[in-house]
Amino acid sequence: MRTALTMFGVFWGTCSIVLLFAFGKGITEQQIKDQKGMGDNIAIIWPGVTSMEFQGLPTGRRIRPTEDDVVLIKKKSSALSAISPEYRDGSVTIKFKKESRRRSLFGVWPEFGDMRNIIPDEGSRFINERDMAEKRRVVFIGNRLKEDIFGEEEAVGERVLIDNMPFTVIGVMKVKKQNSSYSGRDYRNAYIPSSTFQSMYSRRYVNNVVVQTKPEISMEVTKSQIFEIMGAKYKFDPTDRETLSIWDTTKGIAFLKDFFRAFRYFLIGIGIATLITGGIGVSNIMNIVLEERTKEIGIKMALGAKKGMILFQFIFETLIITGVGGVFGFLFAYGIVKAFPLLQLGDFVGTPSVDVWGSVMVIFVLGIVGLVAGYFPAKRAANLQPVQALKLF
Amino acid sequence: MIIEMNNISKVYQTGNVEFAALKEINLKLKRGDFVAIVGPSGSGKSTLMNLIGCLDLPTKGNYLLDGREVKHLSSNELAEVRNKKIGFVFQAFNLLPYATAFENVELPLLFAGVKSKNRKERVHEILEKVGLSDKMENKPTEMSGGEMQRVAIARAMANDPEIILADEPTGNLDSKSGAAIVDLFKELWKSGKTIIVITHDEKIAGQLPRIVKLKDGLIESNGYAN
Ligand SMILES: Nc1ncnc2c1ncn2[C@@H]1O[C@H](COP(=O)(O)OP(=O)(O)O)[C@@H](O)[C@H]1O
Ligand SMILES: [Mg+2]
Repeated sequence: MRTALTMFGVFWGTCSIVLLFAFGKGITEQQIKDQKGMGDNIAIIWPGVTSMEFQGLPTGRRIRPTEDDVVLIKKKSSALSAISPEYRDGSVTIKFKKESRRRSLFGVWPEFGDMRNIIPDEGSRFINERDMAEKRRVVFIGNRLKEDIFGEEEAVGERVLIDNMPFTVIGVMKVKKQNSSYSGRDYRNAYIPSSTFQSMYSRRYVNNVVVQTKPEISMEVTKSQIFEIMGAKYKFDPTDRETLSIWDTTKGIAFLKDFFRAFRYFLIGIGIATLITGGIGVSNIMNIVLEERTKEIGIKMALGAKKGMILFQFIFETLIITGVGGVFGFLFAYGIVKAFPLLQLGDFVGTPSVDVWGSVMVIFVLGIVGLVAGYFPAKRAANLQPVQALKLF
Repeated sequence: MIIEMNNISKVYQTGNVEFAALKEINLKLKRGDFVAIVGPSGSGKSTLMNLIGCLDLPTKGNYLLDGREVKHLSSNELAEVRNKKIGFVFQAFNLLPYATAFENVELPLLFAGVKSKNRKERVHEILEKVGLSDKMENKPTEMSGGEMQRVAIARAMANDPEIILADEPTGNLDSKSGAAIVDLFKELWKSGKTIIVITHDEKIAGQLPRIVKLKDGLIESNGYAN
């Protein structure tokens, strides 16, 4: 009875803490992954207005990047791993047979795809260098847009009309999770080479620029370099941060990371509380069984058991109980964690994963609590005369 | 003398209240004695028995067990005395509830460090002697009071001790089971053991060669029948 109770206490404590951390970790990782759906380590740059006088030039000048500027930045900035201009027409008609939709059309460079985490689905591709060089009429479409106009049919290789001009579909976006954007979710959009876009629309300025820093370099460094390069060309103070409007998505990730760090501490707090509760539970159980145990110790001493033998047996028993309870608690939690993805709830909570060392520590702590809670009364009983132990209750 | 008590006192302390359960008792028992300890309830019989069995220590006085002063023994030496020299039978049986008859009888052998094979033989032998060969795997809850007490006696005999002490061994039994237990003690006595039995039962006491009568923590009479 006491064995079962104690074992259950340890089982329960281990199980709940392992689950708590497994799910906490899963949720954290899932949220960060979703946040990165727009791209990893990227920033979006829009035109801005000068707010400081510079070399006699007034404030209030509009600074609008061109594709040439993007080429220049790409050449001069050492912190970048990729950069692409982004032209946009917010309302074009995209038509296939009888289906047509009004959607946004973007003119971009080939590296835009990787940078923005726009991955082609199987059997398709994103815009490449030759498309750019030859100003090909090729289009890459978001997965939702594909469903809207093609339904279940194969899209790659088909011709669509974009504002009545024929384009060949070269790729469809692989489904992804994206929880932030600046010009509509990627799955609704259509992308063509910037060179092709320019041959149709002849824009002077890009709508915005997307840059990606090298992973080891801070976005701040990249931004400074861009302000320097643009400042030198357009004669503005590179410390004037109003000249370009920049959305640094790494700040969002950093915030998210901070948030989840706080979330993690919160979980650790709950974990410790659970551990304390579990510990109290285990020591209570030890107290409940104290009577039975004291009597048993009395009997054993009356039959000639030595003190050392009694305590050794007690410690051994506790270790076995906590070990078995802990291992079963762990396995049970592990089973739940493994079975969890079958429920297909992965979208928000992600895939929980078990932290083995954390679990070992939990079992260890509960074991120590059990040992301490049981050991001292046992030792006290073993120090009594047998009759006193027998009569204690 | 196997047991020699000189001016033994036992004082219990409950809070601030002291109570002398035994008052400077002198008692000598020879090897092979078969003694009944009688007296009214609360007269100190159990207290005396626990002291004889080294389950408790006297407050004052000297107790020589087989020539050795008990109060000079270490806790491990006392454990060894309880294990090898003395077999104790309680009124309340005091069997481990979750252990089988076999396991209960095995305990003293385990504490004595007897090897597994020899333990098994010995347990079988004694359980057979008390007539419980067929109840070996039964737990106390599956046995009658008489059977439980026979398991307890078997357990007391496990290490073949010289002295067997029994505190009202028949107190919780019907007269028939009680008589069987008394017969068991008689057999043990014939095989040379020193046996001390506390009893309320005049009929049982009357059968024994020697009676020690306690009253209010003092020995009122102490003598051999005929
Ligand atoms: N542990 C104890 N603490 C206090 N008083 C006790 C204790 N054990 C026994 N006594 C008292 O000592 C007296 C003798 O008890 P005991 O030896 O058990 O008597 P008997 O076995 O003859 O009935 C009783 O009055 C009892 O209440
Ligand atoms: Mg009594």
